[in-house]
This record gives sequence, structure tokens and C-alpha cells, in this order.
Amino acid sequence: MDILSLFIAVPVLTIVALLFAKSLRHARVVALIGSLIQVGMAINLVFAYFGERAINDAIMVFTKDVMWFEPFNIHYSIGVDGISVALLVLTSMVVLAGVFISWRMEELPKEFFISLIVLSIGVYGFFISLDLFTMFVFFEIAVIPMYLLIGIWGTGPREFAAMKLTLMLMGASAILLVGILGIYFNSNTGGGPFTFNILEIADVQIPYEAQRLFFPLTFIGFAVIGALFPFHSWSPDGHSSAPTAVSMLHAGVLMKLGAYGVFRVAMYLMPEGAAEWSWFFIILAAFGVIYGAFAAIKQTDLKYINAYSSVSHLGLVLFALLMLNKTAWNGAILQSLSHGFMTALFFALIGMIYERTHTRDIRKLGGLLKVIPFISVVYVIAGLASLGLPGFSGFVAEMNIFVGAFEHDDRFYRIATIVSVSAIVVTAVYILRVVGIMLMGPIKNEQYLNLEKVTWFEKLGILLMLLPIIAIGVAPLWISNMILESLQPFIQVFM
Amino acid sequence: MDINYFLLMRQEIALLAIALALLAAEVFVPRQKKESLIHLAILLFAVHTLLGFFIHQTGELFGGMFRTNELINLFKNMLNIGVLLVLLQATDWLKDKVLREERGVEFFVLLFSSLLGMYFLISAGDFLMMYLGIELSMLPVAGLAAYEISKRASSEAGIKLIFSSALASGVTLFGISMLYATTGSIYFDEVLANLEVSNLVILSIVLLTAGLGFKISLVPFHFWTADVYEGAPISIASYLSVVSKGAAVFILLILLFTVLNPLMDIWRPMIYTLAVATMFIGNLFALRQQNMKRFLAFSSIAQAGFILLGIIAGTATGMATVVYFVLIYIFSNLAAFGVVQAIAVNTGKENINNYEGLYRTNPKLSLVLMLALFSLAGIPPVAGFFGKFFLFTAAAGEGFYFLVFLGVVNVTISLYYYLLVVRAMFLRKSEDAIPFFKSGSYIRIALILCVLGILVLGIYSPVYEYINELSLAF
Repeated sequence: MDILSLFIAVPVLTIVALLFAKSLRHARVVALIGSLIQVGMAINLVFAYFGERAINDAIMVFTKDVMWFEPFNIHYSIGVDGISVALLVLTSMVVLAGVFISWRMEELPKEFFISLIVLSIGVYGFFISLDLFTMFVFFEIAVIPMYLLIGIWGTGPREFAAMKLTLMLMGASAILLVGILGIYFNSNTGGGPFTFNILEIADVQIPYEAQRLFFPLTFIGFAVIGALFPFHSWSPDGHSSAPTAVSMLHAGVLMKLGAYGVFRVAMYLMPEGAAEWSWFFIILAAFGVIYGAFAAIKQTDLKYINAYSSVSHLGLVLFALLMLNKTAWNGAILQSLSHGFMTALFFALIGMIYERTHTRDIRKLGGLLKVIPFISVVYVIAGLASLGLPGFSGFVAEMNIFVGAFEHDDRFYRIATIVSVSAIVVTAVYILRVVGIMLMGPIKNEQYLNLEKVTWFEKLGILLMLLPIIAIGVAPLWISNMILESLQPFIQVFM
Repeated sequence: MDINYFLLMRQEIALLAIALALLAAEVFVPRQKKESLIHLAILLFAVHTLLGFFIHQTGELFGGMFRTNELINLFKNMLNIGVLLVLLQATDWLKDKVLREERGVEFFVLLFSSLLGMYFLISAGDFLMMYLGIELSMLPVAGLAAYEISKRASSEAGIKLIFSSALASGVTLFGISMLYATTGSIYFDEVLANLEVSNLVILSIVLLTAGLGFKISLVPFHFWTADVYEGAPISIASYLSVVSKGAAVFILLILLFTVLNPLMDIWRPMIYTLAVATMFIGNLFALRQQNMKRFLAFSSIAQAGFILLGIIAGTATGMATVVYFVLIYIFSNLAAFGVVQAIAVNTGKENINNYEGLYRTNPKLSLVLMLALFSLAGIPPVAGFFGKFFLFTAAAGEGFYFLVFLGVVNVTISLYYYLLVVRAMFLRKSEDAIPFFKSGSYIRIALILCVLGILVLGIYSPVYEYINELSLAF
């Protein structure tokens, strides 16, 4: 089996093995082994990719194409470039960390890990697909387990949150379906048959009228899961009700599906539509950036703060994508990765705090630095990375984004950029506010004096997220090179 | 006349023989062993279903009144599968309720007669045969709907069904007579050759569609559906919603795609309106249902609305997608009905809130029902997704993007109420959840078959390719 299909096969085998698990111990060991293999495969893929890249300058490498539904010209078609390799690595690491964090999942553990792995299959499949149909299939596979994950293992108003999230995301994917069909039925302008293959569609010119109609549908279809304002409202509710590992996976990985889809499908295949509509979506994205940041200031629930912060950060990703130049795109991808690790780390920490103190309300917490120093220190580090301190991944990403954005010199872009930049200041406010109230100060509750120490599996999960943040921050060049190289086809389409 | 000539009708002859054999067998089976009749009926019909797949013949009988070809054969095989599953699922109910009242064999005879009517309906080469088929397929079902004579609701369902279907066939007949008046023939081929646009023809298309729309339960001809489903025995409700609906869809396909094909511009707006109304009304009414049978009734109305998206395409692709969708729908809907029936027979509970906490007591049944509902909702990787995606593709291929958009809006609405059931089973915990029970082995076989169908039909692409090939040749 080829190196990419393994990303589907290994999780499927893990699920089969999980079906035979008898207890929590079995289930988590099987899940752990499965996700360790995936991380191994992802790291192996990085090296294999560099090796392959040296001798192969095709847009996608490791491609494989199997006919699936011949009458519709649907293929199981896979391949990766630098962007998808980076996102695959992110996914595998977040999944592993998620397994560590859910080490003590008491209720229906087998079902929990199975749903989690089904979700990861959807994500892997999405990132390796080159065929719009296959991609769409995996997209929906990634969304639907969320309903059970939040509904069964969630907290708070879980039924409401699960339903809201599922309906909004599935509604978006329904709109996306129309967009994809629109692309498909305009893919024969080069004289060939209708096709779902992204690379083949990129070679033909989709008629301008069709682009103008289907670009916004495709864009919104993907951007909803990327929490584009005003379609973000599923995100705070969903994230705050979800169990820790699911919040991590969802904010860390699943929301990147939106950005990736917007970039790879909507913009890459319909550049004229993108140019025509970019002003509209830039306004939405920039507004989302500043709105998410301000909304985070007002929240008192830790998960809500982080969820709104995600809206802000992902708004920045979409904003950067719409800047239509190489520097900003590079920043967007880096921001996706950086936010993936960072927000997963945040949710893991919040989950750990909640498990110990049984509250996420920052007004009730205080002085945690004294009792659970490990968690608190990592929280501060993650916070600093989130507000873009040099040395962490957030800085590299945001720097690129804003440098790219400033390359446009007309008034509209300037205003949008300045609005977005100012969100960084607001980010500092809500991060430092939490640090001040929750971590510093006196201990507000006597019970907090003897909180449980951090366990080894929690530490492993945390380190798994923390190290890449620092690695990207300190040595961004190698990953940046990998991305820049893969941006070349996009540049050709747009220039 | 050569006797081989009649072998074109071997499916029909075999089915008739089975029905008669069962009638004869009842005489010889002692009273205490009536149960063996059920085994016999299922065995015979299973063999009949299997043999059906080996029939490949094309031809006409009676001067073109009866015709068959590969695709029509496939239709019949699909109906056979549906009836077989219905029979398997009905066994527990038959043993518990029906045999005691000494009315076992009539059930099979009526059911098989109705199926025979459907064979003739889809094999029809002229309007007379078609009309006979409609009547033969509907009348026995009215008897079946009223089969639980001790229940008032059941008799009510029977009466309701027979009155409304009598009206519907009257309307159909009126449409046929107008078509005859304008073209001078009742044979499909000759009608096609002499067809010209006139007000009378348009009116006849309207009436024909209305008559068939009643059987498919398209809005606004759907009012009987929920009441009949609720009152009738569950097996009959599932038979109505799957087999009977499937047969009517097939004949509508044949009529619109071949006989009335030249008038596509006229029937397309009609189908468009019906599709929009059916999807929205079916879905919106399903939102608030509490009884699982009514719930599935409205869900099956909505599914019929999706089917129209393939019909409106009017192309061979459209035909293939409709047939494929119906095939998947047979398995998905019968899986759902099967679980509902298993629970109803064993515990007598039929409401959605009775299902709370079901996963913790009966995990397998809950999983089957979840898969079935996901397939109905169109969520990958189960088959329903592929069926719906292809229907939408067929419609979009003819430029009906807005209709597809309305369709996907409806998919989202329908997802909500399917998830309500999933919520009850998986998310809720309940003190008085339905306790664990073991259902009969026949039901389990039926459910396993359904699950296999749901899982395999989508991912395994040769099924669709085969259907597509037959549709292109039709």
C-alpha cells in the first residue's frame, strides 16, 4: 500500500482493533498504539517528501489514482504537497496528544476512541484527497462524529451545542456541495470530460460567469468550518461543551479544513471569482479578527475565551489567504499550523484545570501558579505565543501575514490591514487578563491548595504540542521553505 | 403458440405458483404446526428472489402489452429484495399476533398478489396493463392494512387506503382516457409516435402524475400516508413505504422518460413544483413527530421529494441515479422499519422518547438504527450519501442548480430530525429504558442484510456502474 493510503488504513485497523477492546485499559492502549504509528508515519512522510521533492517537481507527489465511479469520472485520487504534509503532521500530533489527554475517559471509552479516530480519518483523507468528491466524502466523515463526541461526552448544554454545531457544519457542507457540482459541470471547457480532479480542473479555465456564481458558495461552504464571521457562532458553543480531546482536535485540526479547502479548492480553481469577491470576504474576515478578539475580552469561561480567540486567529488566516500574495499565503499556512498547536495546547490545559478545580470560570480561580506550576507556566508560554511574541510560532506567522498584507497599497487594503493588526493588541489584553486573574494573585479557594499533580501522560500530551510551537518559532525556515515551494502553482494561477 | 413464449413471464408465473402452493399447503398442515407455513413461505420466496438474478431476457408478449428487459428485471429483483426483507421482519409479528387467529397464509397470498400486480405494472407495455397492475397492487394492500382486526386504527387505515387509492386510480384512468382520445392508442409505442402538444394531453399528464403521485405519496397527494402508516401493521407500513413506492417510481420513470419524453418541457415544471413541495412539507412535518411510524412516514415523503430530483433530469443518468437511490432506500428504510418493528413487537413501544437510553441496553439495535438514519440523511460513508449525491449531480447536470440548492437545504433540515432519534438513543440516559431483548432470528438476518446493503452499496461502485449501463441501454 502506498505511503498516503496508510493514513486511512492504519486508523481503520485501529478501529477494528478497538471493537475487540474489553476495558478502558485495552481501549486506550490500542488507541495509543494506533496514534503513535500515525505520528511515526507522518514524520516518515516528511523525510520521504523531502527525498521525493529533490527528484520530482510535480505539483503533487506520491500521487495515486484509482477509478471509483466510472460514469461520473470519480476517482480515489490522492497526493500531497508541502502544505498538506505539514497539516498531516499537525493532525497526527494533535490526535496523539488527544489520546494522552483522554487517558482517563471513564464513560464508554471504546466508543469515545472510535469516534475520535473516525474523525481523524476524515481529516487525513481530506488533506490527501485530490478529487473533489473524495474530499467532500472525507469532509463529512470528519464532521459527523462531532455530534456523538460532544453529545455523549460533553459538558454543559451539550445536546444543544452538539446539534447546533452539526447542523451548521452540515448545512455548510450542503452549500459546498452545490459549489462542487458547479465546478464539476464547468470542468469540461478544455474539451475533456467532466472531472472532479483538482489538478485537471486547475488546467482548464472555468468560465467567468460560473466562477462568479460558484466561488462564494464554495468559499462559504468551507469557511463556515473555518469560523468565518458571521458563521462562527457554532464554534464557542461547540468548543465549550466538547470534551477536552475533542476541543483540541476540533479547534486544532478540523477548523484548518476550512482554510485548506478555501485555499485549495475555492481560490485555486476559481481565481477570477476570488479576485472578484475578495473585497467582500476581506471585510468579513477582518471584522471577524477584531470581533473575536473583543468578544474574548468579555468572556469569563476559559473555553469561551479560547474559542473566540480561535475565531480571531482563523479570521486572520482567511484574511491572509485573500491577500493573494506569496508572503501572506505563507503566513496563512504558518498561522494555521501555529494556531493548531497553540489552541490544542490551550484546550488541553483548560481541560486539565477544569478536571482539577471543576470550574472554568476565571472569576472563581486564582493563584494557580502556586499550586499547579507546570500547567500555569505552560499556560503563560502558550499565551505569549498566542499574542505573537518573537521566538514562538505565532510571531513568524503574523509577521508574514502583515508584511504580505502591506504589499497592497490602496486605501481599502490598508484600512483592513490596520484593523486586523490592532487585534494583536486586544489579544494581549485578554491573554494577560486571564494570566493575571487566574494564575497570579491569592488562592481564592482553600480546596485548591491540594490539587492533583500533573501526571506523566498529561505532561507528554502537553510537550507534544509545546515543542512544535517553539520549533517553528525558533527555526521557521525549513518549514517555510517547504510551504513556499508548494505555493508556486497558486502564484502561477493568480499572476 | 410455443410454450417457451410464456417463459418471458417466468417471474410472474413463479410468484403466482408460490402463492397458490401456500394456499394448498395450508390444507395439509396440521393446526399445531401452522408456524411451518411461515418458514415455507420465506424459503420459497427467498429461492424465488435468488433465481430472479439469473434471468436475463428481453421481449414482448400479447402484442406488446407485456414486455420485459434487463432493467425491468432489475426493478423486479429490487422489489423482491424489499418484499423478502419485509417478510423476514414480519415473522415475529406473524407468530405472535396473526397465527393465533388462524390467518397466517392469507397474509402471504395477499402480499404476493400485490407484488404480482407490481410486476405487471412495471412490465406494462400499454396503459391497460398498467392500470390493471395498479389495481392489483393496491387492493390486496388495503386488506393487509386492516389485518389486525382487533385494532380500530388498523381498520381505519384499511378504509382510508382503499378510498384514497380508488380515487387515485380513477384519476389515473381519466388521464389515460384523455391520452387515448388524443393519440388513438393505449400502447406506449404508438402513443409516443402520435403525441402532440394539446391542452388535453397536458391535462392527461397532470392526471397521470397525480394518480401515480398518490402511490409515491408526493405532496399534495400525501394525506393518507401518515395515518395509514400509523394504523397499519408495521410490516405493511414498510411495504407501502418501500416496495409500493418503489414500483410507482419505476412506472413513473418509464412513463416520463419514454412515453412522455417529447413533452419534457411540459412535465418538468410540474415535477419541479412537486419536488419542492414534497421535500419541504415532508421534512417540516417530520420535525415534530413523536411516533416512530409517523416519523418514518414523513421522512419517506421527503425521500420521495429527493427522488424527483433525479426524475426531473430526464436523462439516462437521471434514470440510473433514481434506480440506484431506490435500491439504497430499500435497504436503509427497511433497516429503520425493522428496528422499529423489533422494538414494537417485543415491548409494544413506538414513540421516540421510549428510545431514550437504548444504546446502553440494546447497543446493536441502536447502531443499526443509527446507520439506517444516517443513510437516509445522506451521510458518508454509508450508501445513502452516494445515492443523494448522484441524484443532485443528475439534476445539476441539467442546470437545476437552484433546485439542488433547495434539496441540500432540505438535507440539512432532515438531518435535524434524524439526529433527534440518534440523540434519544445515544445521548440520553433513562431510568426506564427499553430493557435488553433478543429478537427473532429472521429479524436479525433481515437487519444484517440491510446493514450489509447500507455499507456496501455505496462504496462498492460496480453496483452503480451496472445500473448505469442498463439505463443507458433502456
